[in-house]
Amino acid sequence: MSERSWKEIPIGGIIEEAGNADSYETGSWRTYRPIWDAEKCIHCLACWIACPDSSILLEDGKMVGIDYAHCKGCGICAFECPDKISALEMVLETDAAAAK
Amino acid sequence: MARRLTLTGNDAAAEAMRQIDPDVVTCFPITPQTELMHKFADFVADGEVKAEMVLVESEHSAMSAAVGAASAGARVMTATSANGLALMWEIVYIAASNRLPIVMPVVNRALSGPINIHCDHSDTMGCRDTGWIQLYSENAQEVYDNILQAILIAENPDVLLPVMVTFDGFIISHTVEVLDALEDKEASDWVGEYKAMYTLLDTEKPATFGPLDLQDYYFEHKRQQIEGMSNATGVIKSVGKAYEKLSGRAYGMTERYMTDDADYVVVALGSTCGTAKVVVDEMRAEGKRVGLLKIRSFRPFPHAEIVAGLASAKAIGVLDRSVSFGAPGGPVHKEILAALSGTGHQTSIVNYLYGLGGRDISLDHIRSVFEELETVAGKTIAPNEVRFIGLRG
Repeated sequence: MSERSWKEIPIGGIIEEAGNADSYETGSWRTYRPIWDAEKCIHCLACWIACPDSSILLEDGKMVGIDYAHCKGCGICAFECPDKISALEMVLETDAAAAK
Repeated sequence: MARRLTLTGNDAAAEAMRQIDPDVVTCFPITPQTELMHKFADFVADGEVKAEMVLVESEHSAMSAAVGAASAGARVMTATSANGLALMWEIVYIAASNRLPIVMPVVNRALSGPINIHCDHSDTMGCRDTGWIQLYSENAQEVYDNILQAILIAENPDVLLPVMVTFDGFIISHTVEVLDALEDKEASDWVGEYKAMYTLLDTEKPATFGPLDLQDYYFEHKRQQIEGMSNATGVIKSVGKAYEKLSGRAYGMTERYMTDDADYVVVALGSTCGTAKVVVDEMRAEGKRVGLLKIRSFRPFPHAEIVAGLASAKAIGVLDRSVSFGAPGGPVHKEILAALSGTGHQTSIVNYLYGLGGRDISLDHIRSVFEELETVAGKTIAPNEVRFIGLRG
């Protein structure tokens, strides 16, 4: 995002461009990272429905991964994932980064 | 042609609102503002205005509804007093930050506690840093005139800030005075149509209002607000000049009442200025060179006009009707000290605290201020040497 002077931006915090939340990456806010297990996933899409940041990535109606550039790590996806399936697990971001 | 009316301050405010006929008026009652909205509600019920009146459950909601309606592009007004203003505080700040030109009469009343319904300036002085423009009124005429001018000041594209028009509870709000009002057509032509720069309802040009604004842009948005407030000084003056052409009544940032050659000047705002003018007239008749510097616009603060108005003064008495606890003097006093600092103007400045909780200030009190100023000229007065008027010792 280019950083503009106070003389160049709309007043009052107005954002004139619709749908530009995509260009604002909030992934660095995360404390816990959802880790997705593709083998366990039954593609019920409960996580996709509930994710407040549209960070569950789909292709042809099936989950293919997580958008870590925008996922804030709220954990709703792991909560909504059926208990019997448990395809999503929340891992401390530092542990996840160390494991990588 | 002027219409000569006999109204209370509250009814004068309601009369201005009737003529403005805002798109939306949000309302929650509180003494001594209640009669203002009561009167306006009559106009709504009688079909004399088209305004959408939104009755809410608290002042926090009144200001929230005002912010919502203003974001939708409406011309919006509300009104409150004291604890009501305190309750809406959070949203008062947001209204200014979102650059919404809401106009709000505030009927000055002491903040609790102990609970008190009478006049002092603790309510509006407490939110002098919220980003609202503040115009103080001396009498019912100025209440009416300030509200009509506030619409144009707030909505000016170089300003786009909300305006509080303040007037003293009971002293002005419930006292019947004679005033001149514009004809309805004159008033509606004066305020014209408001066209918001952005509106929530414009689906052709969708925008986001009040988004998260962190380390990267919040500071820039505050800088813009500083600019809007700075621009307001020129706009308040030009609107005042235009209004003088329309009404014959002149308005500026301050009113200098016999200050040009005055040795001793009292600085005040609100209804006390009327009392002080009587004392100035009496003492002038006795050959004393005394004057009154009335502050009309407290935000933005009129530094240049203050310096000019106090140029000849050997001693200055600053009257504060609210406390800034822990600070050397009251809010007005601090601004006067700041305005004169660095100007090289050598003068003795005395701070007087008066009128808290509606305690009366009389002609004799103000005369005694002038008499004390005569004795302190040339002396250095420490900023924390505050005098109390009308307090039992």
